[in-house]
Amino acid sequence: MKNHHLKKKDPNLLLQSAPLLRQELTTPAAMKDVWIALLPATAASLWFFGLSALLIILTSIAGAILTEWVFTDKEKRRFAISDTSAGLTGLLIALTLPPGLPLWMVFLGGCVSIGLGKVVWGGLGSNIFNPALLGRAFLLGTFPIAMTTWGAAGGPGEFFQIHSSNLALPFMQAQVDSMGAATPLGLMKFEQQGTALWSLFTGNTAGSIGETSALFLLLGGIYLLLRRGIDWRIPVAIFSTAALFSLIMFLTDGDKYPSPLFTLFSGGLLLGAFFMATDPVTSPLTPKGCWIFGIGIGFLVVLIRLFGGLPEGMLYAILLMNAATPLIDRYTQPRIFGRQG
Amino acid sequence: MATDVSAYEEMIKGLWRDNPVFVQVLGMCPMLAVTNSAINAVVMGLATFFVLVGSSFLVSSFKTFIPKQVRISLYIIIIATFVTVVDYSLLAILPAIHKELGAFIPLIVANCMILGRQEAFASKHNVKYAVMDAVGMSGGFLIAMLALGSVREILGVGALFGVDLFGSNFEPWVIMILPPGGFLTLGLLLLFFNWFTERRRQFLIKVADADRVLAVEKVDAQGVKDNG
Repeated sequence: MKNHHLKKKDPNLLLQSAPLLRQELTTPAAMKDVWIALLPATAASLWFFGLSALLIILTSIAGAILTEWVFTDKEKRRFAISDTSAGLTGLLIALTLPPGLPLWMVFLGGCVSIGLGKVVWGGLGSNIFNPALLGRAFLLGTFPIAMTTWGAAGGPGEFFQIHSSNLALPFMQAQVDSMGAATPLGLMKFEQQGTALWSLFTGNTAGSIGETSALFLLLGGIYLLLRRGIDWRIPVAIFSTAALFSLIMFLTDGDKYPSPLFTLFSGGLLLGAFFMATDPVTSPLTPKGCWIFGIGIGFLVVLIRLFGGLPEGMLYAILLMNAATPLIDRYTQPRIFGRQG
Repeated sequence: MATDVSAYEEMIKGLWRDNPVFVQVLGMCPMLAVTNSAINAVVMGLATFFVLVGSSFLVSSFKTFIPKQVRISLYIIIIATFVTVVDYSLLAILPAIHKELGAFIPLIVANCMILGRQEAFASKHNVKYAVMDAVGMSGGFLIAMLALGSVREILGVGALFGVDLFGSNFEPWVIMILPPGGFLTLGLLLLFFNWFTERRRQFLIKVADADRVLAVEKVDAQGVKDNG
């Protein structure tokens, strides 16, 4: 270095590089809000699914962080890991997994969500699809049976009762667990059997470990909305479209189609609407775009649930609208000031 | 005129440096469609091998008789002849695999790698080089097919060439024998190939730089000695 005289600190001279006005909102700070918002749902998952849920969450976070560490440049590693986005992706994918899933699959899911969902696109901010959902889609396509074997929810008394299928050896099948249960959506679709709204609201049903408790997801979602961590238009658009569409279907045939409240509180709709669809990277930039995006998700999720082959459609609804996001952004660009639209 | 060494090089380049799949990204249709098991991939690779070598030989032999204006259609006719031979031979020898490969055997005609070699190479070189080039290119194609087919069969079924590798308790990765598995595996192989090539390039640059620095230092030292 030639400018030796600049090394000395001159109290009258403030040397600072380009962004001279700094915003309080940094990536780690935004991530911290999401972590806090996910705390209630994570606690609920531990309450209902016990040690299995804890193992799944830790394994998935480990897989995600390890992949991020391996595939990031040496100089950028410290920042890439410490902005906690990889760990957050790991937690999010864990919350969408069934409690009895073998841990090696969970680990693989964490690796795929970061590797194929984020790193190959160029890292944080460059991905098209939500990494956590991409990881889940990969797992669902790869291990369709294990991914749709649900365990019933238990209470805190059964905290240490771990699902034996969790501990399957890598690349090996899980021993079939006798605790098989159907999710509310599965019961609705295949047996036309409803589930009490109160169970859906508190979360005492079978399902992915973090999606069952509407109450705790709502708490986290409202916290995020109050902190302005997410765009309120997206969840509002999803809820209102899904409720409206399912209300219309419910009114045409109340025996065959579930009520709007069931639609809102069952499956991954709340988790997806608050935490996945609102991912700032993969959702549109403009307010109008957010409305279109949310309406699209709300419509698609009910369409897939009621008329598709799968009981749950939130995963593919969000991924499809993720794919449409660049197009939405292009067509909802605001007019440049001073130019004719 | 070129020597035997360069004929050998024409063959070697197709295997790695100009690999039709990993470098030129040609022939993707059979690459993605029939690599769901290693045996299908190999049979497809061998069929392509036969068609490419045969048609390169013919095209190169007839290159002075083929009018420029209708050359593409003539190439296609020559290729189609060999494809028909392969189609009926496979039907006779390996009917089960012929059934699995299905429409993709006739579709070898449309494999852009084969037509590309006729247009770019066989029609401009003499028979020896054309055949060597065809052998190298289809060899490279075969290697790529084998790599993709093996990965997909090992993960998707837990076997290789039908031989069980992991025992009955293996959890198959269903996605790997489905179309998305083809795209995923091909993408990851391309990624790996590019990463490897880039690493090698960086290494060569480093070596070249080191050599140059050495040479410069040598010259400098010489200069110092002369001046001193």
